[in-house]
Amino acid sequence: MTHQPTSSHFKENAHEALRDAPLQKALVHVRSNFIQKRAEAAQRLPEFEALRDSARDIKNHTLKHLDLYLEAYEAKVRELGGEVHYAATAKQGLDIILDICRKRGAKTVTKGKSMIAEEIGLNDALEAAGIEAVETDLGEYIIQLRGEAPSHIIAPAVHVNKDEVENEFRRAHLHLPKDRDLSEPAQLLGEARGVLRDKFLNADIGITGANFLIAETGTSIIVTNEGNGDLTQILPKVHIVIASLEKITPTLADAAQLLRVLARSATGQDMSVYTTLSTGPRRPGDPDGPEEYHVVLLDNGRSSMLGGEFEDMLRCIRCGACMNHCPVYHAVGGHAYGWVYPGPMGAVLTPTLIGVKEGGQLPNASTFCGRCEEVCPVRIPLPGMMRHWREREFERHLSPTTVRAGLAFWAFFAKRPTLYRLATSFGMRALHLIGRAKGRFSFLPLARGWTRYRDLPAPQGATFQSQWRAKSRPVA
Amino acid sequence: MSARDDILANIRASLGVTGAEAPRRFAAKERLAQSPEGVIPRRGQGDPAARVATFKAEAERAQASVAEVAGAADVPNEIARYLREANLPATFRMGEDARLAAMPWSETALEILRGPSDGHDLNGVSAAFAGVAESGTLALCSGPDNPTTINFLPDNHFVVVFERDIVADYESVWRKLRERYGKGAMPRTLNLITGPSRSADIEQTLLLGAHGPRRLHIVMVRDG
Amino acid sequence: MTDAIRDPIRVGLFVTCLVDLFRPSVGFAAVKLLEDAGCRVVAPSQTCCGQPAYNSGDRGTTKELARQVIAAFDGCDYVVAPSGSCAGMLAKHYPELFADEPEWTAKARAFSAKCYELVSFLVDVLGVSRVSARFDGLVTYHDSCSGLRELGVQRQPRKLLASVEGLELVEMKSPDVCCGFGGTFAVKYGELSDAIVAQKTANIAASGAPTLLAGDLGCLMNMAGKLQREGKKVAARHVAEILAGMTDEPAIGEPKTEARK
Repeated sequence: MTHQPTSSHFKENAHEALRDAPLQKALVHVRSNFIQKRAEAAQRLPEFEALRDSARDIKNHTLKHLDLYLEAYEAKVRELGGEVHYAATAKQGLDIILDICRKRGAKTVTKGKSMIAEEIGLNDALEAAGIEAVETDLGEYIIQLRGEAPSHIIAPAVHVNKDEVENEFRRAHLHLPKDRDLSEPAQLLGEARGVLRDKFLNADIGITGANFLIAETGTSIIVTNEGNGDLTQILPKVHIVIASLEKITPTLADAAQLLRVLARSATGQDMSVYTTLSTGPRRPGDPDGPEEYHVVLLDNGRSSMLGGEFEDMLRCIRCGACMNHCPVYHAVGGHAYGWVYPGPMGAVLTPTLIGVKEGGQLPNASTFCGRCEEVCPVRIPLPGMMRHWREREFERHLSPTTVRAGLAFWAFFAKRPTLYRLATSFGMRALHLIGRAKGRFSFLPLARGWTRYRDLPAPQGATFQSQWRAKSRPVA
Repeated sequence: MSARDDILANIRASLGVTGAEAPRRFAAKERLAQSPEGVIPRRGQGDPAARVATFKAEAERAQASVAEVAGAADVPNEIARYLREANLPATFRMGEDARLAAMPWSETALEILRGPSDGHDLNGVSAAFAGVAESGTLALCSGPDNPTTINFLPDNHFVVVFERDIVADYESVWRKLRERYGKGAMPRTLNLITGPSRSADIEQTLLLGAHGPRRLHIVMVRDG
Repeated sequence: MTDAIRDPIRVGLFVTCLVDLFRPSVGFAAVKLLEDAGCRVVAPSQTCCGQPAYNSGDRGTTKELARQVIAAFDGCDYVVAPSGSCAGMLAKHYPELFADEPEWTAKARAFSAKCYELVSFLVDVLGVSRVSARFDGLVTYHDSCSGLRELGVQRQPRKLLASVEGLELVEMKSPDVCCGFGGTFAVKYGELSDAIVAQKTANIAASGAPTLLAGDLGCLMNMAGKLQREGKKVAARHVAEILAGMTDEPAIGEPKTEARK
């Protein structure tokens, strides 16, 4: 994979992101647009909160019966002439896809947006096998030209400004005359539309992800606004769906519940423009559609999350609301998280997929403000799960020694109330005396982590507890 | 063991089940058989007139344009009018759908191309399986007479929907599908379309016509 | 006010470590508000609710501290804290902390059921609808995350502030967005915390109010410290100080002399 995780360098990544002026400019859009649109959509639907409960319950039920629904789904797809492939690991998933490509002698593959394809590093594997992989979602296409990973799960190029897009197009599209005006987003879109239309029409294989896989009917559902996913899957002779296990959904009725919260949480639309339900390959008499239909079901560690403290994470429907509402994401964007999945959902998921040693910083980089959980359409307790990761790190002695030492020192006093009162009473008076002239400290040796960025108020003097006792007020 | 067996075994180990437990099997089987419906928004409900009004309003909210005609015989004229007023060529592509075929196209000067689109059509005409009031969504089924390519490749997409086919919610579409195709069966492709194609991937500026149609014009037919 | 003729309600003040150590005046303001509402206030010997350990993944230490707190407040009808964050810890997280210890689960649940954040306790439990206090000028109010999202503290402080004579509340942009404090986060990820609080102080300054109020001293110290570092002339105070009419002490991080001019 080209995109080696850098999640263990989150702090350094964040440092750079905070100094990246174009990125900071782009993040301004995230801070307002998504939030306002989601709020309006939720406001407009009185049943929205009840639908969130319903969506959560459907996901929970499905996960508890996942083996059975998988079997039912698989049987249904096979019955209709589709093929189902199981991949326990990313490597197995890649091998299955490359094998299909080889059998069909594929030279060009078009791709709909798929986070699972990002997770297994599909583009790089295809390129290494001499197959041209073309991302067709406008945002994905832009970052593919830039050689980057997505910085957002539904708006992959949200960190890129239009001037940067123009530069990429001028570099990659050799047919472009120098005097062609590309200064407006509409002109850039027109250019991409033209280039990608040819790719769509000439691709040998189309690969898409799936938002839902319906056990009742053997159907895969994709949700897009551009229509690129549809052109990817109806034009080539072969359609490959790559999806992780937890995309299984029992029935169409269940999918309707989930669809009602998905777009509203993601972009604030009531429905995305194209919700497409595909069931098996082209049928006799059909004038279009793929001749072969494959589904690759990826586990990659998910089956081990069931039944444990991270099971709730498998409810995620990849709407992006958590990152859209996250103050940390707002400050640094998605790339700082260092792998495929950013924001709060990434902070929980990344350590399960690449290991806590590599991804363990992410669940620590949260203020626990709880806004992600507040907006999550399937009510995943994201802060709670980030805390679970911190607990695992603490148990395994993976947290930094300075943090552990500080915590132990503090805990020694906190567990001994009498000693604590004495020590703090003395300490605060001393600190008060040092700081009282100014009322605050702009530098304090033991609080450098704080005073480097902001002043620290000086204590008022005697602690509350010492004053309370001095006044002989009741302590019991 | 195959990857499939590995994965199923691991799921069962994590859940602490064997897969043979009767209550679990029953619960899953029942859900698949009964397809229980969850929370249904009130927005799309109401009598046929209310549903039609909601459908129109919601479709327009999603930036589709909507026209209402009295009968199937008025559809060709409405499409001709739109093309003329939008200064578009009087040529379009459509499938062999019987409902469309029965319309008096010869009364207009429109040139009709048949069959799937090859990506070079400016205009396409389709007939909807249903309309969904709650979000102004069109449901289109693929089949020998209804190429899916027409829904995506032309710049301007015209969709005819009969008002008797406008239902309250997605669940009603699933029921309608069940009547047509049988329980658990589906058309090869079902497209739920809500407004014209769009992207906001460049600086979150919303632009219509990303890869699919730039314009979606819905012609609602009152009776027929 | 309550018209209870029975014994007064016995409220244990969980003063919170930050108020205890840095700003005892907030604790005394809380006592005044509770006593004015007819409560009998006790302040058992206490240290910390355990959040720093809890949020650092040290469950063992957290449990020890939680047991200590539960025991210390045993005889109280209610436990009230002038902080949404600490009250949230007591009211929401203690039960889940002991989920694996059946005999403590029940105890923790019973304890949690009597824990409240100060202002919401006054309004929701005691039915207080106004205070007798005066504060002249514009203020803006920051909703601290835990109080807002774990305990639903939002309209209660605004309701009581509306009854303060001379006070006018102007809302800042996004009052419900995190200030970047996050306890140990502010130190462990200082640079990131700084970027987040900078957004906050910009919104505070843009509100035009010379006084910032909030219900959590941690957030207030963070915002005040940043405002002061940036040279922005906004005074930060705990909402209890205003509601109790106890504003003799200088604002957070300000020297005594200046306040007495």
